[in-house]
Amino acid sequence: MSDHIHDDKIKELEIKANQIRQSLIESLVSAGSGHTAGPLGMADIFTAFYFHILHHDPKRPDWDERDRLILSNGHIVPIRYATMAHAGYFPIEELKTLRKFGSRLQGHPERERMPALETTSGPLGSGLSQAAGIAYGARIDKKAFRTYCFMSDGEHDAGNLWEAAMFAGKYKLSNLTGIVDRNNIQIDGMTEDIMPLEPLREKYEAFGWHVMDIDGHNMEAIVDAVQEAKAIFEKPTLILAHTIPGKGIEKIEFDFSWHGKPPKPEEGEQFLNELRTLGGQIQSEHE
Amino acid sequence: MNKAKLVDNLADKNNLESFPTRDGFGKGLVQAGEQDERVVVLCADLSESTRTHWFKEKFPERFIQMGVAEQNLATVASGLAQYGKIPFIASYAAFSPGRNNEQIRTTIALNNVPVKIVGAHAGISVGPDGATHQQLEDIALMRAMPRIVVVVPCDMVEARKATLAIAINNQPSYIRIGRSNTPVFTTDKTPFEIGRAEIFRQPAVTADVAVIGCGILLYNALVAAEELAREGIEATVVNSHTVKPLDGKTILAVAKDAKAIVTVEEHQISGGLGSAVAEFLAKNYPVPQEFIGVQDRFGESGEPEELIEAFGLGVEAIKTAVRKVLKRKS
Ligand SMILES: Cc1ncc(C[n+]2csc(CCOP(=O)(O)OP(=O)(O)O)c2C)c(N)n1
Ligand SMILES: [Mg+2]
Repeated sequence: MSDHIHDDKIKELEIKANQIRQSLIESLVSAGSGHTAGPLGMADIFTAFYFHILHHDPKRPDWDERDRLILSNGHIVPIRYATMAHAGYFPIEELKTLRKFGSRLQGHPERERMPALETTSGPLGSGLSQAAGIAYGARIDKKAFRTYCFMSDGEHDAGNLWEAAMFAGKYKLSNLTGIVDRNNIQIDGMTEDIMPLEPLREKYEAFGWHVMDIDGHNMEAIVDAVQEAKAIFEKPTLILAHTIPGKGIEKIEFDFSWHGKPPKPEEGEQFLNELRTLGGQIQSEHE
Repeated sequence: MNKAKLVDNLADKNNLESFPTRDGFGKGLVQAGEQDERVVVLCADLSESTRTHWFKEKFPERFIQMGVAEQNLATVASGLAQYGKIPFIASYAAFSPGRNNEQIRTTIALNNVPVKIVGAHAGISVGPDGATHQQLEDIALMRAMPRIVVVVPCDMVEARKATLAIAINNQPSYIRIGRSNTPVFTTDKTPFEIGRAEIFRQPAVTADVAVIGCGILLYNALVAAEELAREGIEATVVNSHTVKPLDGKTILAVAKDAKAIVTVEEHQISGGLGSAVAEFLAKNYPVPQEFIGVQDRFGESGEPEELIEAFGLGVEAIKTAVRKVLKRKS
């Protein structure tokens, strides 16, 4: 991978993210339950990872040298499913089985049903510990792959997560990168009202992490931040990705009531239209 | 006849009211708050799902938002109870008493303080969320722990009564509630007392079998009993809503009468009500027993009714278990 990402590639990733958002909406409508805001907000980051950042092979999900992507906040898994389908892990058609009886696409991710998911999650706050365990094991065996852990902001209420942060800091797990979906919402309201998290950056720094703040919808920023993390040799890195919950669909953006409900079929049509008419030209907020 | 004062149109499922047990809890909680100002409610970022938002609206100064932190939820509540409050702690059963089991053990049970643990979204009937959220081991966890009263209401009305009852029992207590709409088949007049099982169906003649259940599947047990009666099989149906302390007296009486037992619960067979009944009867009056429950596996995504059938918890499964136990009767 080259150090700098070309404009063509950025454009390509943006178009891909838009297509993935469409698949996400379709699968949520078909499921009739599930989470919408978080998954939309993480669409750009998932796209950047599966289509540019990760060393992976959809045809060989058990490839030993693959980068590990651990999703801690399992409730946003529909966006992972949609991205993985587009990346070639399974047929896009299968997204329609989301949350249905017998499907591999469980409401919360299950490793036993789809090993490429790496871990089972949903109960919040325990992904970083597992990622740290993987990263530690990889270091013992001098493996070159990197471990990424996606987390939500709401789950930073949980003690388990801070135990992991302390552990990764202690052992200077520089092969571990955390990415936080800093969208400021959780179920009962805004994170700073429910349980104030700030100053999040300083908290991680105090625990021995290298921390970066980025616009989580800017492809270039996402790619650059991960690149920078690879150059930090004595600390784990945390990327605070500032995202807009519901990003891409005006009605959903910033509205925490969309945390845990799917679009109704009529809404789905309307949202798909909105995404389609953008024609893949999603512009970053910070450009 | 209808001593349990159940609804008259019991068998008419389509015309019964349908509400989740969590609604009954939410209403009972507001009432408990009105009756005793020591009642405080702690919730871990799930106030609407657990229906504690009704209490929050009414008594904002007695509602405490903990964030997604179930271990702190249990332990702060322990402190509040040691101080003299009556704390209800509400989350999904998967996380409380799932995640915070040791905190409950040491700071609530061993400390012996009256914290009320509310396990919402329990059972397979959670539906599409899948295995991580379908708590099927909570009764076992809570029942194995000394001092904890364990109550599993069968419908919305009973959930309200159970909530009011544990609010004043001055003991550490666990109440299990569910997410999905289920038939409301008890009434305000149906007797309810912690630690006392209620006979919901009593055949006029000696019973062939006694079906002992708790929770929402009790409705399926009653329907199964009606259908079996048409085949000439007479079943007593017992609502053992309090899994701990178990009402040994009632269970012994129905076992002596029927001499065959089927237990029914939306929980792993291992460690639940069925186990409690078996432990008791093995010692006091051994009779053949069949167990309706989840058979040592995790749940999965699906619609609640679909899962109830797929996991062998439906009416047909109960009838099959009854026929099976009758064959084992000497
Ligand atoms: C241990 C645990 N407690 C509670 C929950 C229920 N829950 C699911 S998502 C969520 C909100 C967390 O906030 P966040 O992940 O930031 O939500 P989002 O931004 O995706 O809306 C909660 C409390 C859970 N999944 N795990
Ligand atoms: Mg959030």
